[in-house]
Amino acid sequence: MLAFLARRLVAAAATLLAASLVVFVVLEVLPGDPALLMLGTEAQPDTLAALRRQMGLDQPAPVRYVAWIGDVVTGRFGVSHTYGRPVGDLVAERLAVTVPLALMALALAVAVALPLGVFAASRHGGPGDWGVMVFAQLGISIPGFWTGMLLVLLFSGKLGWLPSGGFPGWGNPGAAFAALLMPAVSLALYEAAIFARITRSAVLDTLREDYVRTARAKGLGRRAVLWRHVLRNALAPVVTILGLQFAFLWAAGTLVIENVFYLPGMGRLLYQAITQRDVIVVRDVILMLVGIVILVNLAVDLLYAAIDPRPRAAT
Amino acid sequence: MTGTTGMRTIGLWIAAAATACMALAGPAQAQRKDLVIGMALEPPHLDPTAAAAAAIDEVTYQNIYEGLTRIDAEGNVVPGLAERWDVSADGMTYTFHLRRGVKFHDGTDFDSADVKFAFDRARGPDSVNAQKGYFAPIESIETPDPATVVIKLSRVDGLFLFNMGSGDAVIVAPETAAGNKQNPVGTGPFKFSRWVAGDRVELVRNPEFRDKALPKLDKVTFRFIADPAAQMNAMRGGDIDAFPIFSAFESVPLFQSDPQFAVDEGTTEGETILSFNHRRKPFDDIRVRRAISHALDRQEIIEGAQFGHGAPIGSHFAPHRDGYVDLTGLYPHDVDKAKALLAEAGHASGLRLTLKLPPPAYARRGGEIVAAQLAKAGIQVEIIPMEWAQWLEQVFRGNDFDMTIVSHVEPLDIGIYDRDPYYFGYKSPKFSAVITELNGTVDPARRKALYEQAQKLLAEDAVVGFLFQLPKVGIRKAGIAGLWKSAPVPANDVTQAHWVR
Repeated sequence: MLAFLARRLVAAAATLLAASLVVFVVLEVLPGDPALLMLGTEAQPDTLAALRRQMGLDQPAPVRYVAWIGDVVTGRFGVSHTYGRPVGDLVAERLAVTVPLALMALALAVAVALPLGVFAASRHGGPGDWGVMVFAQLGISIPGFWTGMLLVLLFSGKLGWLPSGGFPGWGNPGAAFAALLMPAVSLALYEAAIFARITRSAVLDTLREDYVRTARAKGLGRRAVLWRHVLRNALAPVVTILGLQFAFLWAAGTLVIENVFYLPGMGRLLYQAITQRDVIVVRDVILMLVGIVILVNLAVDLLYAAIDPRPRAAT
Repeated sequence: MTGTTGMRTIGLWIAAAATACMALAGPAQAQRKDLVIGMALEPPHLDPTAAAAAAIDEVTYQNIYEGLTRIDAEGNVVPGLAERWDVSADGMTYTFHLRRGVKFHDGTDFDSADVKFAFDRARGPDSVNAQKGYFAPIESIETPDPATVVIKLSRVDGLFLFNMGSGDAVIVAPETAAGNKQNPVGTGPFKFSRWVAGDRVELVRNPEFRDKALPKLDKVTFRFIADPAAQMNAMRGGDIDAFPIFSAFESVPLFQSDPQFAVDEGTTEGETILSFNHRRKPFDDIRVRRAISHALDRQEIIEGAQFGHGAPIGSHFAPHRDGYVDLTGLYPHDVDKAKALLAEAGHASGLRLTLKLPPPAYARRGGEIVAAQLAKAGIQVEIIPMEWAQWLEQVFRGNDFDMTIVSHVEPLDIGIYDRDPYYFGYKSPKFSAVITELNGTVDPARRKALYEQAQKLLAEDAVVGFLFQLPKVGIRKAGIAGLWKSAPVPANDVTQAHWVR
């Protein structure tokens, strides 16, 4: 177990280093001068030079790279060029919106998709199965922002039950949840479609296993077989995908929805930072995201090992 | 429940419900004292003297900060923190007499030392003021007493008073200037309350403001909604009270036909132009430039790109300004004339040109229409869309372009055609002479005549393709009054805003 963790930690460090190099190089190559962007076309050359000095951009690239890595290793994340605030603060604020949104979306998706997937597998070939497949196909094809806009037109425009967007802050939990509900539903549709399909195929595979036939031969009812034996064994791929989708979602997958509902989330922060060439925010945030994705994958692997002891026993 | 008891119970419930409803409806509506304004872009921070973003001024100008002079809703220079001023006969010395008893939001007094600090900060070696050029003519700033500032210029500057009224020249205090980006402190009618990053900025009434009758509101909230469709939803849902710079033009008729809302169409200082790179052939040939001008159909561009909002222009001057000359008829839309001119210039077989477009809708949509119009005259146009960062790098700084569409939003900026280097690469000694005289003239009548001359020169030389003036289309709830109709400078001055019903 210890060797396993040690190996994973070394791999994580190597991944982070490689990611940092890629991010740095890409940002260097990207055309655009942050100082000119911030000060506009009327700015004088000496003003631009002053701003570049302030932002530390007058140093050569390798010096800046080493300085950055040094800061990261000692836990010092930078201060945003454009906002003038520490990146850590900005990220914390944005995560407070995106993580609950991602969790709500996934919870909704799983709550809908798991029963649907199991239902479809147990009625394999019948109209119920076919219905779920059509739903899955629609869910994957319909763009989230379109669903979002329809929901807004109905629930905000016509009925006035929910706000059309924005985030009032967690000071008022009721209003905060109301603001996240429609965005979460828009995201959940797509996620539910994916999970339904995966659950369905995982359950179908498991249904073909010998121990299922044995359980039925033993006299166990269909429903008991499904819930006691099949689902637990079919969960492994679902959990893996759940972990990956969660990492994807709160990293940047919520970007489009955040724009439709003008939520101040992580996706929008990253997008705004890129267009404004706020290199400090972009590179620190991407490094953070890489780190968190690595952690989530590690957690998923451990969870997988807990659910399915076979690979562990083999090592 | 038996019959009669049941009916009585039901009756009681209905009565209770009705009373509850009436209680909830509240007293006859007292006038609201707060306002929620929608904006498309969030400002990166709240110090207008440290960045060019118009969004900063749109939140803070005249609300949080004030300058020596200020620009009013009609674009005139009026007293601000200086209640009056004297200009010497040679136009080189300005003596500003400051208002007394004015305080900053942190309680410290405003006096001439603050003016000197603010201007020295703006023109110093570490200044990151986007309009440092406004302060370039200043030779010295003296403060003989706390209520007087004497500014000596090194040369006559006809636009000095106007420039000192811009957002880049607002007065900041030495105690708080460094923190203005996050915690703005000024002398204006509203104080900064809080900023929920990505969502809103809240301002509250400044009870210490020098005019006790202003502001008329107790609280103003600016909310940031970038997506035009989301803007429309927010207005219709009632979450936002006013959207002074509304970009979903296609939904304007919806609001016009709804009595709950009012649509204000005003003007801005944004001249939208099809720029030519004079360093490259064929733009050095005036026949080609005139041909393109004839091939353009401004009305079609305004209809297609702006849904009919915007006034056509024939030169680089805002139609609402005193001194405007209507030169839109100089190159009427005439495809045959365009082809003839191109043939005369030796391009009978047509031309292939590129058109680099920055992100705004007026450029992207307008660019497609322009390309189609030029194609009719035999000019094949390749459209290259790009982000602002790329545009600044390639077009503005690198001058690597044939044509581009952009809106120049600085007020009274006809002088940009005299700049060298500038991205057009246009040089004209005749034009430069007019601008040089303009810069050195303070007399309003002479200035007006010179502006007229400058406009005519640019139009006759077909320096660029002049398209239209950017409009300011604002949607608000019908019960609001006192918002600016036009945008002579970027601002959402809510000092006078209030609810009438």
